[in-house]
Amino acid sequence: MYIRKSSDIKPSEITDREVYRQRRRFLGLAGASAAGIAAAAALPGLLSASRKAHAQARLAVAYQSPFNTKEALTPYKDVTTYNNFYEFGVGKSDPAELAASLKPHPWTVTIDGACARPGSYHLEDFIKPHALGDYVYRHRCVEAWSMVVPWVGFPLAEVIKRAGPTGAAKYVQFTTLLDPRMFPGQRLPVLDWPYTEGLRMDEAMHPLTLLAVGLYGEVLPNQNGAPLRLVVPWKYGFKSIKSIVRISFVERQPITTWMRAVPSRYGFYSNVNPDVDRVPWSQRYERRIGDLLKRKTLMFNGYGAQVAPLYAGMNLNTYY
Amino acid sequence: MSTRQNFVRLGLKPAVFVLCLLPLLQQVWWAYTGNLGANPIGELTNESGVWSLRLLLATLAITPLRRLTGWGWLISVRRMLGLYAFTYGVLHLAVYWGLNQYFDLSLIAGDLKRPYIITGYLSLLFMVPLAATSTDAMVRRLGRRWQKLHRLVYAVAILGVLHYLLLVKIDFLPPLGYGLALAALLGWRVWAWQIAPRLAPLGRRQQAG
Repeated sequence: MYIRKSSDIKPSEITDREVYRQRRRFLGLAGASAAGIAAAAALPGLLSASRKAHAQARLAVAYQSPFNTKEALTPYKDVTTYNNFYEFGVGKSDPAELAASLKPHPWTVTIDGACARPGSYHLEDFIKPHALGDYVYRHRCVEAWSMVVPWVGFPLAEVIKRAGPTGAAKYVQFTTLLDPRMFPGQRLPVLDWPYTEGLRMDEAMHPLTLLAVGLYGEVLPNQNGAPLRLVVPWKYGFKSIKSIVRISFVERQPITTWMRAVPSRYGFYSNVNPDVDRVPWSQRYERRIGDLLKRKTLMFNGYGAQVAPLYAGMNLNTYY
Repeated sequence: MSTRQNFVRLGLKPAVFVLCLLPLLQQVWWAYTGNLGANPIGELTNESGVWSLRLLLATLAITPLRRLTGWGWLISVRRMLGLYAFTYGVLHLAVYWGLNQYFDLSLIAGDLKRPYIITGYLSLLFMVPLAATSTDAMVRRLGRRWQKLHRLVYAVAILGVLHYLLLVKIDFLPPLGYGLALAALLGWRVWAWQIAPRLAPLGRRQQAG
């Protein structure tokens, strides 16, 4: 059993962290007093930010990822109330408001395709072999906003090694659960359901690539992709597919959901790239949620030192 | 003063004035109380733009509504609706320039190549002469030319819908909804002013024959 009871956490820990974060945000805003109107308008709201105790069960976290960023965390409340999860609707608050219909237990994950050990697993059995770590990553949405999110999970590479892909396995394809009773958004043809995503094998094996089961040391809330999601921090957020039920090893590059929807805008790679805007808006800057001023978007979302060699010699204008 | 003048001056106009102000007041209140969500600037940007478009469509709905209902007094609030559409449009631009681009001219100029930005600017730009000639004095002075000039509002609305359509990621439904409403409002005009008048004499001839 990987889930510990929520009584393990001392309430004082949560409160301290909240107060700390509020001070950080307060100081940040006060410093940016140049745009005084907006600051004055937003200040009282920030002071009353997320007092709510987190509702999810604690996870047993065994280690800290060496890739963790030291940047200020985006508050739990913002991470869990402002995101895209079109299976619940296209609005940013739809996931938080509608996610109760998702039942992440029981949950089955299927490994199939070109591998030595395919199979279907109960979620608990799927996760059991892996030690869970804290992974604090930057998250850059294609809509030009960003967050810093403390995920809990384990490298996808561990799962791949366990499955033993054959020589024919050149890509990994991921599929979200298709169930309109759990995902009311799937009743509308906004996207071609079920949502699928894909990575090249070397991207999938990269130590940054994560299968996440938690957030802020706790079980992943439904709206953030419970019970199992991908996190690929150097790619736009939509690559990080949520509520995964199938991981397939395939020989041909898969057509992902967003590629199928608008091929001219969304490519297979979708690496964060400030110099290429295939979407109508600019990708040069991003708004870190909680900040007043925008910041420059970094190539590969700041993970270039780790992942740039994967794309050596590739024209990133063509392979967007 | 007649009862009708009293109704318009003391009842209808103040009521519409306050109603149109409510979205702005709500945004200001939510900004003050921190209820604009995780991305308050994004919310202000979207809401100001959407309200400008809604009020623009409301302005365009006045004439068809008057004809269909016979409520002549509706005309007395059209100017206010139009000016509010312009006001929300200006606020939308102010939020974009100030809170999205921080008055950085290189950023603002860099955006000028984007179709959704161009249509947005044009839509607002075409509203300027309409707002400037909205006074009673200007209506009198321009006479028939006033009506011709104010047909620009159709371009303003089409550009406004295009602006919305060109900026969305995949959820084309909301801008298509506004587009459909606009198509109905413009379609009614084509019917009532171009097609129906030509059909009417034909009908009479047939009856006579």
